[in-house]
Amino acid sequence: MTDRSSPDREVAPVGEFTLDYAPAPESTAPVRLASQHGLYVGGEMVEPAAGRLVPTINPATGEALAEVSVADAADVDRAVAAARAAWEGGWRDLPGAERAKYLYRVARLLQERAREFAVLETMDGGKPIRESRDLDIPLAAAHFFHYAGWADKLDYAFSGRRAAPLGVAAQVIPWNFPLLMAAWKLAPALACGNTVVLKPAPTTPLTALLLAEVLRDAELPPGVVNIITGDDATGAALVSHPGVDKVAFTGSTEVGRAIGADVAGTGKRLTLELGGKAANIVFEDAALDQVTEGIVNGIYFNGGQVCCAGSRLLVQETVVDTVVGKLQRRMDTLRVGDPLDKNTDIGAINSQAQLARIAELVASGVAEGAELYTPQCVLPERGFFHPPALFTKVSTAHRIAQEEIFGPVLSVLTFRTAEEAVAKANNTPYGLSAGIWTEKGSRILWMADRMQAGVVWANTFNRFDPASPFGGYRESGHGREGGRAGLLPYVELVV
Amino acid sequence: MSSGMSSRLSVNKTYKQFIGGAFERSESGRSYPVTGAGGELLAHAVRGSRKDVRDAVAAARLAQEGWAGRTAYNRGQILYRVAEVMESRRDEFCVEVLRATDGSSEAIAAEETAAAIDRWVWYAGWADKFPTVLGGANPVAGPYFNLSVPEPVGVVGLVAPDEPPLLPLVSRLAPVIVSGNTAVVLASERCPLAAVTLAETLALSDVPAGVVNIITGHRDELVPPLAGHVAVDSLDLTGCDSEQGTAAARQAAATITRVVSASTAERQWADEAAQSPYLIDAFCETKTVWHPKGR
Repeated sequence: MTDRSSPDREVAPVGEFTLDYAPAPESTAPVRLASQHGLYVGGEMVEPAAGRLVPTINPATGEALAEVSVADAADVDRAVAAARAAWEGGWRDLPGAERAKYLYRVARLLQERAREFAVLETMDGGKPIRESRDLDIPLAAAHFFHYAGWADKLDYAFSGRRAAPLGVAAQVIPWNFPLLMAAWKLAPALACGNTVVLKPAPTTPLTALLLAEVLRDAELPPGVVNIITGDDATGAALVSHPGVDKVAFTGSTEVGRAIGADVAGTGKRLTLELGGKAANIVFEDAALDQVTEGIVNGIYFNGGQVCCAGSRLLVQETVVDTVVGKLQRRMDTLRVGDPLDKNTDIGAINSQAQLARIAELVASGVAEGAELYTPQCVLPERGFFHPPALFTKVSTAHRIAQEEIFGPVLSVLTFRTAEEAVAKANNTPYGLSAGIWTEKGSRILWMADRMQAGVVWANTFNRFDPASPFGGYRESGHGREGGRAGLLPYVELVV
Repeated sequence: MSSGMSSRLSVNKTYKQFIGGAFERSESGRSYPVTGAGGELLAHAVRGSRKDVRDAVAAARLAQEGWAGRTAYNRGQILYRVAEVMESRRDEFCVEVLRATDGSSEAIAAEETAAAIDRWVWYAGWADKFPTVLGGANPVAGPYFNLSVPEPVGVVGLVAPDEPPLLPLVSRLAPVIVSGNTAVVLASERCPLAAVTLAETLALSDVPAGVVNIITGHRDELVPPLAGHVAVDSLDLTGCDSEQGTAAARQAAATITRVVSASTAERQWADEAAQSPYLIDAFCETKTVWHPKGR
């Protein structure tokens, strides 16, 4: 099933001496993990009403790291009541400048404990330490810092209107960027004067619980943020709770549909950040070495477990062999393995269930006639790992070209003209992100105008910044996170 | 002949739907009586069908790219021309509003008509300004050019409030189309005639065919096919009652269609709160484009 016949690939003779990296594992010493975790409600850690605990697994080893609580409807009730009490009890009336200072404190505390958060994020979620250390945690802190500054400037954010808070926000976040998604949700909500009940994903609760410590240390008033761990039923109970004024969800389009139906007619405000199937479009005049790095970053960053991943590579027909050849050579150098190793490029897949889903879709690609390439790499014996994969001879009708895989799997399709590239790129119900690679400026802008996507990366990919709005068109959701646009979901505009 | 018959017999208008720039009866052949404030028969309006809704969505879809592709200056001039043409037919609108509405008066009708005309002028001026106010350059922490712009969401399904007959419709329609969206409007069920007369002014105002499509008829028949249509990108359910609106929003959730409804403040139709650049924004998507800087 593995095609090794790229045009100009050099194959090392068997037995020849090869250079390799020595293991460079990050120390887990900064992480002091309790064996059992409660729920963060009303400013303190409390036992779940039903006392139910489940293990959270390190996907790189398959072993349990700790036990966390599963919140039930009674716990949701308690958390929403705490958030309501905190809102009415003062947070909504607190001057913006004071809210700002709490958020600045959170940003600083996250920066101070960045190493600890990065290691824990990698242990609980399986992403390479290089990513959690250099991207997830610094960006989470930056997000709090950015929105801190908005808290006392809301009067300057909206022309001719005043921004009033909504009340209690229910926020349900995914497992691919656990702390970063918590920051994306919490920072604008708090800056605008709302209180929050946050529910982290079932497989990645630990950095959210560590964040509760940070919030406590920042002396954030009790109940302003409540963090309840649990399963899908917990999330469903939270978004449908009548005491909630605002629902924000990041996750699958399937769950997004259910939440949309649940929220219909309740008057709750809703933002959704859902799936994607981004096209990464390469024109023949592009700088192909940069393109290769961009494609790799686009699909293998966080093991492709990214809603905006550039999972459909559209290459102009004239350069497809060159691009695929370069890509395969680059893939051969990717290091898959221990996510705590500082040289690891692709860590563990987040869960066994996700690994099974990826494997199923890869098998469907092979069965439907696409050609699979994976580098020869030795995967760890324990844990959930998947090698980087590349499909050629993909047709637009194949499942791997249509469905979100959420794994390190790239499908290559071709096009001849810019018009055809636009048509193929937009041929999906999603509309989260797109990539355009060409040296011609006018073509970038022409293409960018036509992309049905909320974020367009030209000659780059997977860039994120708290000042830059992120969010999708069509079935990728509605609303934006980041920048001034990211305030809008958390305010009511009044004359 | 008696002297009573020597006075000129008026020529009454046939009120039709407006689909793809043409005035048409329903493919279903149905109509329904529309009565005035005193219960007198005003006209038989078209009782549109689900097929008419589908035709209107198809027309709106077809027109959308071209309308969005017009320059902002051009869209602004066309919206301004709607105001010009309405102004020239002001008396007709006043009569339309007056006879449709219970407890109205000539003064109230004149006020509503004037406010509707002024609303077009207000939104016309936003065409080449709202992207400046709603979007802009983002100062990201890196060597990147980063720009956010609002873009029209596509096709908008708009359920107009039942009453008053004109100003709410204009207040919701103008912010939808100014950015480059096209619209399928379900007119007021009780007083749809002003909406049809509005369609006639749109047809004379260089608004391209299909940009605004107006269906008249029974809401309970027309809202479900509109809300469930996959080619509708956003819904304004301001005119729906709570039960109808909930059902429509549930349908919309299946395709993650955006749902908008006027707030209580926005329903004070003559007030400042009823017009806002953020109403334009409600029917836009923010697109953010990144590019590296380098030599």
